[in-house]
Amino acid sequence: MTGVLERTVAPVQRRRRVRVGFLASAVTIGVFLAAAVTPHVLAPSDPFTMDFTRALQSPSLAHWFGTDESGRDLFSRVIYGARESLAIGVGAAGLGVLVALVLGSIAALAGRILAGIVNRVIEVLFAFPTLLLALLLVSILGSSPLTLVIAVGLGSAPGYARMVRGQILSSKNSGYVEAARALGHARFTIFRRHILPNALRPLIAIFTMGVGQSIVWASGMAFIGLGVAPPSPEWGALLDAGRAYITQASWLIVLPGFVIVVLALAATTLGKHIQSSLEKGDA
Amino acid sequence: MMTILDSSVLPGIGQGPAARPVRLSVNNLNVGFSHHGTVRPVVRNVSFNLEEGQCVAIVGESGSGKSVTARTLVGLTGQHAVVDAGGIRLGDDDLTALSPKRWRSIRGRRIGFILQDALVSLDPLRPVGKEIEEALTLHGWGDRASRKRKVLDLLASVGVPAPRNRARQRPDELSGGLRQRALIASAIALDPEIVIADEPTTALDVTVQAQVLLLLEDMKRRGTSILLISHDLSVVAHLADQILVMSGGEVVEQGTAHSILTDPQHPYTQGLINAVPSRDTRGSRLAPAREVAPVHTAAHANDDHAGFDGPVLEATGLVKHFTAPDGSRTAAVNDVSFSLGRGETLGIVGESGSGKSTTARIALALENADAGTVRLLGQDWSAIPETRRRRLRKQISVVYQDPLSSFDPRWNTERILLDSLPAGAFATAAQRRERVLALLAQVGLPDSVLHRFPLQLSGGQRQRVAIARALAPSPSIVVLDEAVSALDVSIQAQILDLLVDLQRQFGLSYLFISHDLGVISHMSDRVLVMKDGFVVESGTADQIFTAPAHPYTKELLGALPTLDENHSVSVSPAASVPPATEGSAP
Amino acid sequence: MTRTLSSRPADAATAARRPILSPRVRRIVEKLVAAAVVLWGAATAAFLAQIALPGDRATTILNVRSGQTQLRTPEELASINAEYGLQNPILVQYLDYVGGLLRGDLGVSYQQHRPVWGIISEQVGATLTLTAVTLVLAWVLMIFWVTLTAGRGTKIRALGSGVDTVTAGLPPYWLGILLLLVFALGLGWFPVIGGTGVDGIVLPALTLAIPLAGFMGQATRTEFERSLTAPFIITARMRGMSDLNIRLRHVLRHAILPAVTLSGWAIGATISGAVIVESLFTRPGIGSVLITAVDSQDLPVVTGVVVLVAATYVVANLLVDLAYTVIDPRMRNS
Repeated sequence: MTGVLERTVAPVQRRRRVRVGFLASAVTIGVFLAAAVTPHVLAPSDPFTMDFTRALQSPSLAHWFGTDESGRDLFSRVIYGARESLAIGVGAAGLGVLVALVLGSIAALAGRILAGIVNRVIEVLFAFPTLLLALLLVSILGSSPLTLVIAVGLGSAPGYARMVRGQILSSKNSGYVEAARALGHARFTIFRRHILPNALRPLIAIFTMGVGQSIVWASGMAFIGLGVAPPSPEWGALLDAGRAYITQASWLIVLPGFVIVVLALAATTLGKHIQSSLEKGDA
Repeated sequence: MMTILDSSVLPGIGQGPAARPVRLSVNNLNVGFSHHGTVRPVVRNVSFNLEEGQCVAIVGESGSGKSVTARTLVGLTGQHAVVDAGGIRLGDDDLTALSPKRWRSIRGRRIGFILQDALVSLDPLRPVGKEIEEALTLHGWGDRASRKRKVLDLLASVGVPAPRNRARQRPDELSGGLRQRALIASAIALDPEIVIADEPTTALDVTVQAQVLLLLEDMKRRGTSILLISHDLSVVAHLADQILVMSGGEVVEQGTAHSILTDPQHPYTQGLINAVPSRDTRGSRLAPAREVAPVHTAAHANDDHAGFDGPVLEATGLVKHFTAPDGSRTAAVNDVSFSLGRGETLGIVGESGSGKSTTARIALALENADAGTVRLLGQDWSAIPETRRRRLRKQISVVYQDPLSSFDPRWNTERILLDSLPAGAFATAAQRRERVLALLAQVGLPDSVLHRFPLQLSGGQRQRVAIARALAPSPSIVVLDEAVSALDVSIQAQILDLLVDLQRQFGLSYLFISHDLGVISHMSDRVLVMKDGFVVESGTADQIFTAPAHPYTKELLGALPTLDENHSVSVSPAASVPPATEGSAP
Repeated sequence: MTRTLSSRPADAATAARRPILSPRVRRIVEKLVAAAVVLWGAATAAFLAQIALPGDRATTILNVRSGQTQLRTPEELASINAEYGLQNPILVQYLDYVGGLLRGDLGVSYQQHRPVWGIISEQVGATLTLTAVTLVLAWVLMIFWVTLTAGRGTKIRALGSGVDTVTAGLPPYWLGILLLLVFALGLGWFPVIGGTGVDGIVLPALTLAIPLAGFMGQATRTEFERSLTAPFIITARMRGMSDLNIRLRHVLRHAILPAVTLSGWAIGATISGAVIVESLFTRPGIGSVLITAVDSQDLPVVTGVVVLVAATYVVANLLVDLAYTVIDPRMRNS
């Protein structure tokens, strides 16, 4: 009796709680995507029109995020900046996940010598903090959005690669892979049917969280003057431009930063929900 | 220190004066868990008295409410628990309305608690001596020096040799028997009137279990009252004076141990007693008969090797070494040979670390032996490369102890079973589907489980799916590696019955691996007894269980608790006082 | 027919092929070799980065040094080539570089024309101080918050892990600005420009410590709540131990293990995070050195910092391993 009760009650409750966080973060991401695709629909005014009579106005109903030193509407600039910021984030996270997939698979599946070498490479890359690796690349390639994508992508790859490796290894040593071997399935069949899908699924979560983290890293580079430069409305560039006015117009840096935080948080929350629903095995 | 016990030692057991003081009385205990405003009852109307020097046992399967009952008695039911009782009295104290502080003064001092396996029930990062001392410190017993001495005395009193050295070791450095003794020492450190033992022998090897039961018996003889919680009737049979049988939160039957064991009234109790496999239950059903759908037998056409009449599986001189993390090599399997005939069940029994599961993996050619060969249906099996083995793989399949981890969590039952059909055996999707439905019927599962994922199935259902998967290629041999060990006894009974049916129906040969002598004796035609990688004895089930020749087999059988309340478990002299060298885990 | 085997000599079962080194020594040697390999890999990567600089290196060096891009005469280039050994084959340059590193020579700055070690060593103290203070602060904040909120009622638990998630995702520049605006510009409790004084380090350290505490807190909280329900914790409760005592004396020791592992990585990440924070609070440190160097393509300085951070990471990880075996003695032999 109680067993049945338990089984029917618990999942329903859990699912409802999952949905609130999931919905909130999904809607947030959706709004940002809309801003990236059709900024002119969402932005109240043109992000590039200067009007020095309205320079450095604090946030108001007319200008939700205030205006910058050239009188441009900051809210519109943030919306127009979404495209480039998201592109950098998606590009960097995509590159990071791709490199991680290659390195992690080799480290987990290759023969002893090759796997050993790749494992060492991952270890060495891991010794370089993301930001330092990015700075090193920028100093070689010069600063540009593409450099930023490569730098942040490669910088985050070793961490992801470790996760991929761990995932593949645990799948490879799992009971279901042994059961498949006992059924007489060929090695490649097992890889294709069990190991690869089970390793790929967490990557969706890693990628989602990675987009948010990459935007944070990229804007951090811009903040110290080594990312996308003003007058682009890319979020990092907005931070860079706003630094000069921190004492008299703090909204110029606080609000774009807040937008980045919200996006990163939404991406993390969404990624975590994907992860936990995958772990429960019912997604 | 032992004043309470010493003054109360009575000559003999069960024949003392009737007016023994009641140490703990529970009257009409109800426990529920609240969840968003609704209360889900988990324990209903439990009443009993626990007298001095008496043992009351609560027996039930998982979810019966027995552990919740035990924890309620020490005030640790949990955050969301709603406890309602007519009265719980410990001596003269009312336990129904105590402050957290008062509870803490009772726990450990007046009520000791022993949980299962000390490997997880003692802090794995600390020496056992520190854990025992903690119980003394918490209740302000003595000073530092006297506590240290007391710890050594306690370890000695529960039969731990060289206590000075053992006290400094962590649970993982001690053998199973020694660490369980240390756990008991920490529970009785302050000489509590009552000891609650919640599954104190679960997950322990049978010889260690016997040691623990003897220790509990000794405590009872010295006047300690024991509340014993177990899923296993045979564990409580000898020790208990009173037995409560719980199911679904209710006490379905309650009485003296003698009456419950010899003359059970309630069908649930009868079922529980009948479900226990043993030598005497061979050939009879363990679970009440259930409706089984008519089964398509035609699909299990395994004629390829019908003409072959030698042993279906033959292992000769198997040896397997493993390299330990510290670089030393140990032999997990040492010169193991056996043969398995068609339609026969060969049981391999042994305690943990005996090499029985490694033997099974070598038989399945999932592990390569360092020496020795396995032949399958008279053909080379272990000696050929995996690519050539695949053709033969459908002849031998396996069922594991934990089916959940042996299923890909992304796949539902249908996908799992479709995947297990041999490639090319069924031409059309309709034929494959028909075969899957037939397999489900054979293992007694409804079609509705097809679209369920492993996580959504109960333990028994999962094991049935695992069996269906093993049957899918129409094998000659099924290796059952602890296949029923994780199941409740009533579910275990159903699965064992099913396995017997399937064997008769399809002429299957079973290689049956288990640590459980009862299960082995119920199932096996012939038996191998393994210890430390060696086969110490082999023979027919009757020979092994009625006239064991090897001392180790005798020790195992002596340690096996049975439903016979007059049968006391025995411990070989070597095991009861382990020599100092045995103290350290390998 | 019952067949029995007489028990065999026990030493045959536990086959005696003893390893040459004791497990403990063996483990330490393995760790040291692995650390050396990572350091060598980092040095190689740093060398490759210098080679990868596009264009003629001697010209680049002269341009970096003078701050203007122009064509150089062969004489000018020859003297630079001689100074930096650029006329040698790549392999010789590589061996020179690695050999120099072994002697503690990180190379010569393109821009300032003096040893990189000299430039970095003037500034590294301030950064290491900030890193150390940050780590201690992060640990204190994390342990306090997790012990307070983990394994409580549903609402407190949600609050606890929510704060972890939010703080872990806070970019240091933004958090730093908020702290600066509120506590330095608004309340005036701390100086706006960092300096090296004690009150100057509070805000920069908090800026780095809060996200780190959140990050480590996530891992610690999971382990903390898992340990709280472990049988040995129930045993401790049954002994009469109070909840706070259980959390502090039993659970914490188990729960901090993942955070200890993360700490080695966190030291490297904090040093690089310090670049941003030092820039924001105008604190001295390798941050300004690094930003100037990246901006002007002064690669020996950049790679010098990278190699030093990698070395710090390696040493930190060895210490972490040591700490791990102290906390979890079971690791000593495995």
